[in-house]
Amino acid sequence: MGNKQTIFTPEQLDAYQDCTFFTRKEILRLFYRYRDLAPQLVPLNYTDKPDVTLPYELIGSMPELKDNPFRQRIAEVFSEDGDGNMTLDDFLDMFSVLSEMAPRDLKAYYAFKIYDFNNDDYICKSDLEKTVNKLTRNELTPEEVRLVCEKVIYEADLDNDGKLSLEDFQHMIIRAPDFLSTFHIRI
Amino acid sequence: MSQLPPFTLHVSEDTESDNQELSPDNEGAMHTSFRELIQEQSSLAEAGTELELQERGRGHPAHLAPPDASASAWLEPGQGEQHPGDSTTLRILASMPSRTIGRSRGAIISQYYNRTERLRRRRSRPSLQQLSRTARPSLRQYDLESDPARATLEDKRSLLAKELLSLSPSRRSNMLLSLPLCLAEKRALRRELNEQRSPLGLRPHPTTAPSPCGWCKDYITLGCRHLWYRLLALLPAAQPWHYALKQIGGRFGSSVLSYFVFLKTLLMFNIFSLLILLVFVVALQAAYPPAKANQQPFTGFELLTGAGYFTHSLLYYGYYSNITLNDPSASSLSGSVAPSAPPRLPYNMPLAYLFTVGVSFFATCILLVYSMYRSFGESYRVGSSAGDLAIKVFCAWDFKVLQRRSVKLQCENICTQLKELLAERRSRSCPLSLWQRLGRVTVLLLAWILSLGTVLGCVVAVHYLLEHMHAVQQEHRALAGSSWQREGILLVLPLTVSLLNTLMPHLYNLLAICERQDSPAVEVYVAICRNLLLKMLVLGLLCYHWLSRRVVCSDEECWETCVGQDLYRFMVMDFVFTLLDTIFGELVFRLISEKRLKRKQRPEFDIARNVLELIYGQTLTWLGVLFAPLLPAVQVLKLLLLFYIKKTSLMQNCQAPSKPWQASRMSTVFITLLCFPSFLGAAVFVSYIIWSVKPSETCGPFQGLETIYKSVNVWAKLMEKSSPNITWLTWIHQYLLENTFFLFFMSGVLLAMTYCNIQVVRGQQRIICLLKEQIAKEGEDKIFLIQKLHAIYRQKEERA
Repeated sequence: MGNKQTIFTPEQLDAYQDCTFFTRKEILRLFYRYRDLAPQLVPLNYTDKPDVTLPYELIGSMPELKDNPFRQRIAEVFSEDGDGNMTLDDFLDMFSVLSEMAPRDLKAYYAFKIYDFNNDDYICKSDLEKTVNKLTRNELTPEEVRLVCEKVIYEADLDNDGKLSLEDFQHMIIRAPDFLSTFHIRI
Repeated sequence: MSQLPPFTLHVSEDTESDNQELSPDNEGAMHTSFRELIQEQSSLAEAGTELELQERGRGHPAHLAPPDASASAWLEPGQGEQHPGDSTTLRILASMPSRTIGRSRGAIISQYYNRTERLRRRRSRPSLQQLSRTARPSLRQYDLESDPARATLEDKRSLLAKELLSLSPSRRSNMLLSLPLCLAEKRALRRELNEQRSPLGLRPHPTTAPSPCGWCKDYITLGCRHLWYRLLALLPAAQPWHYALKQIGGRFGSSVLSYFVFLKTLLMFNIFSLLILLVFVVALQAAYPPAKANQQPFTGFELLTGAGYFTHSLLYYGYYSNITLNDPSASSLSGSVAPSAPPRLPYNMPLAYLFTVGVSFFATCILLVYSMYRSFGESYRVGSSAGDLAIKVFCAWDFKVLQRRSVKLQCENICTQLKELLAERRSRSCPLSLWQRLGRVTVLLLAWILSLGTVLGCVVAVHYLLEHMHAVQQEHRALAGSSWQREGILLVLPLTVSLLNTLMPHLYNLLAICERQDSPAVEVYVAICRNLLLKMLVLGLLCYHWLSRRVVCSDEECWETCVGQDLYRFMVMDFVFTLLDTIFGELVFRLISEKRLKRKQRPEFDIARNVLELIYGQTLTWLGVLFAPLLPAVQVLKLLLLFYIKKTSLMQNCQAPSKPWQASRMSTVFITLLCFPSFLGAAVFVSYIIWSVKPSETCGPFQGLETIYKSVNVWAKLMEKSSPNITWLTWIHQYLLENTFFLFFMSGVLLAMTYCNIQVVRGQQRIICLLKEQIAKEGEDKIFLIQKLHAIYRQKEERA
């Protein structure tokens, strides 16, 4: 199977295999998934490195992401332009980080970015409120949301600046054994 | 401790009036002033500079934004005119390395440059001075002026590539994989690595080279990984059930998925033991069948009872011969042999039998301990304290859940859990009154007494049933009753035990509802405890009966075959009752609740009960491997059927569990339960039989020997006689295996290692406490310095 495909050059496949957590077979399978989103836009020949970007609407319509409340943030974090429009590289990167083999620190880094809605490298109170509302579909009262955010910052903020930095987040993730199994999308 | 950035602080002479305000003892004021500062910043930023923020934020991994320019662009428009001093402070703050991480690609690269540098130099554990996984300047002994992060992106990339090259190949590939850069950047880095590597040829490290052993090991690891990828590419079904597991995880989440993953793990263990047994024992015996032919015809009933046609077949111990198969010395009796016939290799069956069973147990033990070690490593955290709410908010969302209905359910679950946690925090402040506590304790005590009582009752009942069946069978043998009756008698005991194992968990569930524990995790542990106690006690009783040879047998054959048949019957009955329980517990329940009661309530998938059933079945297999070498095949078949049946029933009839379930900690608990009561008990049982029990005289590979282990002694003596040069074998046998001192020594070494590890963990906990204190103090230092800067600039302003 590996010798007959003409989509990528062997060097490209090697590079993908070294830089993601996927094998050759999985990379090809992911390529076909990417292509299925828009067969007319994505060429079957990537040896000349075409510059193809799929818009966010197509990415967000994938069954793996369709009902995820954080799908927009996931696409924004992994996309090159920050808008959710993804090239094949971004697509592979996203599923590689969300796969089973990615180490905890890498996942924690990207999870932090996903939950940082205003992209200021801190999870502040407004980010937390947005996160909690997305998690509960706005079922909690504003008072309860405020209480939850306060307690979260109180528990996780180590240097007392009122926000969570990447280190605080990573320190908290280390104490959560479930993180690796929940921050995982099977594709 | 920390190297301060070298800007000069022009402190004016008259600072006495300021000292009272700026005293570092006034911590409350500093905390609030810092909070005010942050709020001021964020409100001004939100009000006036959202546009700049969005522009900058969009560029985050893709464009390099030099910290100074962006910080000033961010802050100046809103604040520069009002407080020039503050803007300088804020600019310095914004360009601190701890705040630039993640903002730009260059910052990531420089952070990883430092990390790889330290990785290359460290031996085993990093010393306290070299701490950081952070970019905090104080902890990293960092100097703002001579910062490598000030270099350009290309320079940084080549610096990082150089550092990566100096690592060993496997560490290099691991490092490349775990860099949080985008894929395009990683490919560029990889290209640069390859370019930089070629002038050096194949020479690994110009600077500090590790030992040649380590270097070889790394190349071997990489080679193995490439080989494994090639193999995976060849096999069509390399990941069995990948889509099925995805479907299950998508609808029910990680918790139910953990049951199916556990099933898959057990299947792998069994396939592995089966392969070993097939190759070394079963296939060879099948090629050289014994002289005694099989007299009984095949009726379908054998599949249930394991007796009849199966008695004298490869399934059981009694079929295996105790001679050396294909012995050249015996060929002289068989007449003329053509001179071109292939050389005959003798095969010592008893030895092969014993060693294969031993090796399969040993290999299973190693695999189990390795799985336990890996899952423990993931789920046990040193120094973990309270932090539930934060962990719930950030780690509770299961990204695997795909279906809309399940996503909605998950949202509801998380909402409920958050509310419960908030309520718990509130109620912690108002504890229960004395009477309420007394009432709770009474209820718990009653529940435990009841459950222990039922367990003892079941055990006593099984004991009396055994005695009774034994008596009935003696009668039947004397009276020569019909074969159906005889077969029926064989099935009574397995039926009763399986019935008890199926009904009692439901009783314990009812008890749990009455108890109403606060924490659902405790509820699950209590349920597991009770069920486990019941199953293990019953199994223990049965083992005792088997060892005392009071087995309910069908014919006059050796007791080992009898025990093997009994275990086969237990396994089959267990499977039948699991099937019945699935049908009645899930299908009928759903039909009743939907059609009759018109409720939308579907039964939940009870993970603890199902996992314990799997562990029970596996214990039976391990107990019976010595007596029935093909029992792993039966277990493999059973597990395959169970996967599809459970999956179908789950999809049609069940709903996701409503209580929170920590999937990873549960997986650790499952593997631990599999290892400790289950595998250890089976290993002890089998070892006892091998070392101390006399095998039967008339059948099996160990006829006529004192104990099964004596065959090894016989073989050792034979080796000594045939080739007296191999003295080391007899030396090993005499001094290591027979001598108890060696075993004591090994146990002592293991205990010492365990003690050392416990002390290391304790030490790490203390270090964590110290480091936390240090971090808090760093924060206070920062606040103090900012406060001082503020005061100075305000003074300057007032004077100007």
